[in-house]
Amino acid sequence: MWSAVAFGSREDCAVNTLRLSWLMLRRDWRTGEWRVLLIALVLAVGSISTVGLFANRVGLALQQQATSFLGADLRLVATHPFPPAYRAAALQRGLRVVENATFPSMVVYGQQNVLAKIHAVEEGYPLRGKIHIYDGTDHVAQGIPAPGTLWADKRLLQRMGLQLGNEVVIGELRLRVAARVVRDVDQSIGFASFAPSVLINAADVPASGLIQPGSRISYKILFAGDSAQLDDMRVWLKGQLAVGEKLEDVRDARPEIRTALERAEHFLGLAALTAVVLAGVAMALAASHFIIRHLDTCAMMRCLGATQSQVLRIFMYQFLLLGVLAVLLGGLLGYAAQSVLVQSIESMREAALPPPDWLPLWQAAASGMALLLGFAFLPLWQLKGVSPLRVIRRELGLPPARTSLLYASGAIVLSALFLWQAGSLKLGLTVLAGLVAGLLLFGLLAWLAVHALAWLPLRGSHAFANLARHGRTNALQIVALSLGGMALLLLTFVRADLLESWRGRLPPDAPNHFIVNIQPDQLASIKKFFIQQQLPTPQLFPMVRGRLIAVNDQAISGNDYPETRASRLVEREFNLSWSDHLPTDNTLAQGVWWERGTSSVLSVEEGIAETLGINIGDILTYDVAGSPFSAKVVNLRKVQWDSMQVNFYVITSPDLMKDYSASYLTSFYLPADKAHASDALIKDFPNLLIIDTEAVIEQVRKIMDQIAQTMSAVFLFTLLSGLAVLYAALLATQDERIHQAAILRTLGADSRYLRRLHLTEFAVLGALSGLFAAAGGTLLGWVLAIKVLEIPYHSSALIWLVGVGGGMVTVTLAGWLATRRVARMSPLQVLQSV
Amino acid sequence: MASILQAKDLGKQVESGGQPLVILHEVSFTVEPGDSLAILGASGSGKSTLLGLLAGLDVPSSGTVYLNGVDIFSIDEDARARLRGRLAGFVFQSFQLLPALNALENVMLPLELFGAADARERATIALQRVGLAARLSHLPKHLSGGEQQRVAMARAFVVQPKILFADEPTGNLDAATGSQIIDLMLELNGAQGTTLILVTHDEVLAQQCGRQLHLAAGKIVP
Repeated sequence: MWSAVAFGSREDCAVNTLRLSWLMLRRDWRTGEWRVLLIALVLAVGSISTVGLFANRVGLALQQQATSFLGADLRLVATHPFPPAYRAAALQRGLRVVENATFPSMVVYGQQNVLAKIHAVEEGYPLRGKIHIYDGTDHVAQGIPAPGTLWADKRLLQRMGLQLGNEVVIGELRLRVAARVVRDVDQSIGFASFAPSVLINAADVPASGLIQPGSRISYKILFAGDSAQLDDMRVWLKGQLAVGEKLEDVRDARPEIRTALERAEHFLGLAALTAVVLAGVAMALAASHFIIRHLDTCAMMRCLGATQSQVLRIFMYQFLLLGVLAVLLGGLLGYAAQSVLVQSIESMREAALPPPDWLPLWQAAASGMALLLGFAFLPLWQLKGVSPLRVIRRELGLPPARTSLLYASGAIVLSALFLWQAGSLKLGLTVLAGLVAGLLLFGLLAWLAVHALAWLPLRGSHAFANLARHGRTNALQIVALSLGGMALLLLTFVRADLLESWRGRLPPDAPNHFIVNIQPDQLASIKKFFIQQQLPTPQLFPMVRGRLIAVNDQAISGNDYPETRASRLVEREFNLSWSDHLPTDNTLAQGVWWERGTSSVLSVEEGIAETLGINIGDILTYDVAGSPFSAKVVNLRKVQWDSMQVNFYVITSPDLMKDYSASYLTSFYLPADKAHASDALIKDFPNLLIIDTEAVIEQVRKIMDQIAQTMSAVFLFTLLSGLAVLYAALLATQDERIHQAAILRTLGADSRYLRRLHLTEFAVLGALSGLFAAAGGTLLGWVLAIKVLEIPYHSSALIWLVGVGGGMVTVTLAGWLATRRVARMSPLQVLQSV
Repeated sequence: MASILQAKDLGKQVESGGQPLVILHEVSFTVEPGDSLAILGASGSGKSTLLGLLAGLDVPSSGTVYLNGVDIFSIDEDARARLRGRLAGFVFQSFQLLPALNALENVMLPLELFGAADARERATIALQRVGLAARLSHLPKHLSGGEQQRVAMARAFVVQPKILFADEPTGNLDAATGSQIIDLMLELNGAQGTTLILVTHDEVLAQQCGRQLHLAAGKIVP
């Protein structure tokens, strides 16, 4: 006799539920039930983490670079010496500190006097970044100028005809020129020092006699350390700031590169989401297939006494275990993918990017779990309601699901991911709305197409009728497959064209030098100089500096704008220019350009207009050197700031500016073999400031290259996810196909008939998917070109041919591989295998 | 002695094409502990519906069932499930083994659902009892129909049920295997003193049970 069963406690049951989940997960894994779900989730997490980690590393590198432009992580600038408490507070927090002073002074060499900007620096400067000097050899400086020596920039040496080793006089000091500064730390664009600069040791300053009451001295205290120490210091400093003290950090540096990177990050993030959408589709298909396959299991467990919540927990744990596994694998895949990516991009390998933070991995993991929740957990909830009666009445299926709830849960998760990746509500909602509308439209068209085919008197009408009978499922498959195909077509056809056009925005001869401070009486001689040097004559733009003081006759100040950027824009002076024509590389966003001779009108750049809340029709009042003028905004312009051309936030009609004294500026491309021209220009026009932007251009170009290569990797994920959809779609309908085949075999259909039936169905599915993929690819390419990259788009006819042909061949082949054994099996074998 | 199972005015009615369709009509009977009862009837007579209601797998339109003295329709679905788990065993025509679990794990399942500590040992013994000691690690798809039904039988008896519900247990088996299965079931039934409720349309098989209940058009007929 068997002895009586001792039933366990609640805790025992819980442990057993977990054990049972693990056991069933392992067993189901062997039969391949989980494979699609796992693969789809791994791809989604992999895709998000690749982009996240990559962008994070580039961002960190940029941050480091930006700190090198400040020479520190954090900088405080003042017009008076700092109280010793500042240095003490920083040292107490473990930060490194140096103090500098900058002041104008005449540098005297023989009979020559030149006004220079003197930087008196302490040992330890710069805390971030490096100074490149030439003292016989070109190298990174170790330390600072020794007492009694100075390092001067090229402008000073050229203007005064100085050689290394010469002695100059500054105040009461006699200093030897020990080195030429090749690259200082803070030569970012926007650094508009009109005077040449000189670096001296701070220890020499007291003896110079230059620091007197009333001297125009700018004091700087620089801090460097880790982010927690810096945050603490920043907070402390903000509580201490006196009048005339200004805190600067890296966020102020290199806006043009930051813009390029941010745009790239959002674009890549959205591209990564195409893989995520596909993965979601594959997961939804796999989850519903899984659930249908487990109805009997559920009913049997209920029959054996399992409660509804116990059944739910058993499957929930399986999904959770799977989710954790997928997140780990996806994270690893993402980490590996971005490492390979960085290694494969030459410029990045050389840059020795810092290792990424953990944050992108956590974000990818959270996104993965959210996807699982949105696409798989809620369908799973239905299993809870399976009737135990199914053990005797097999026709009982799932309880009626609230389909709207199921769709809504997936849509909510996707929306959240899109909004997060897009970085802006507008862009996220636009992309998502476009995607959803596209999916619904394609779904409807696919449904109509399979039904229309069934009506046509064609050969293989049984196959067409079969497709129509499962119109909804097939429409879903077509939509899912066309998404995968679309990614593939984008990858092969559209991507190369787009990238070429995009990179074309920054042509090899993009301006690499700016000339600032050209006086009106120099215009003719500057033009002549360019002709003599056989360089194209640049367009010279007039410029005056003015401060915005009123909008619609309401006086404004920085305090009226809570947003920091807006507040800063109002507090500083704008560069104003005037013209009768719209600048060639600008486009009108709103309004119309004025007729020649129109008076008192303004054109404003749309970004700044949005920041300051300026609209067409507003009257703006500017103060230029104490003399105000008012004018009406008649249009808003779109400006490509990363084009390296001279651009202005505000352009006025010429009448407004005729009474102000203007200087002119221009940008031009100087080929490497004509570098001497810039030296000649400085010599001929000593008052000009020439800014070499080659390094910045190189950086923007590198970012574009890196993005292009990252995009390939991201689309590879999309392609793999598309294949996962194909696999999931075939698996979802396989049981039904096998069952139908068995019945047809029993009724006398031979294997040739079955093969033809299946292949026709798959070919039609593939062709329709390919057609929609080509349409989607063309549409998305157009959207990317026009809306995101702002470049013209040209469609290729080949995309349609390859789409339809490729779709037909791929799906037919995959379908044939999945169903080929069915045609060879006996009906009984087939039925038993279901 | 108190009866183990009592059906009281049990009725089941469903909607079919907008019209009410009576499947069971006021069925009442009592089964004492250790008895064996065969429910006979042609296809569509309502016997499987009756079995579903007796086991608490379905809910009646009228009347109720007392299982071991408990009115099973006065408690909720989860409480019924727990009651089934503690009192009842099941054997079905289509075996209903979980395809992902091997023979041993299938038999362990009802024990594990209730946290029994010695599930593996008990399941192994149960499988030995039904002659499948050599098939413990086989998946259902690698077992013959007869072997699958033996596993189902081991799963039913391993929890020492007070009552066993069997729905056409030989329906998917050939005559010889079916007969072996019935012999085994009756032997276990006798050895454990389990009450047996057997649904069948096979008169010969029904005769091996202590009592027979004939159903026609949802009613008990003499």
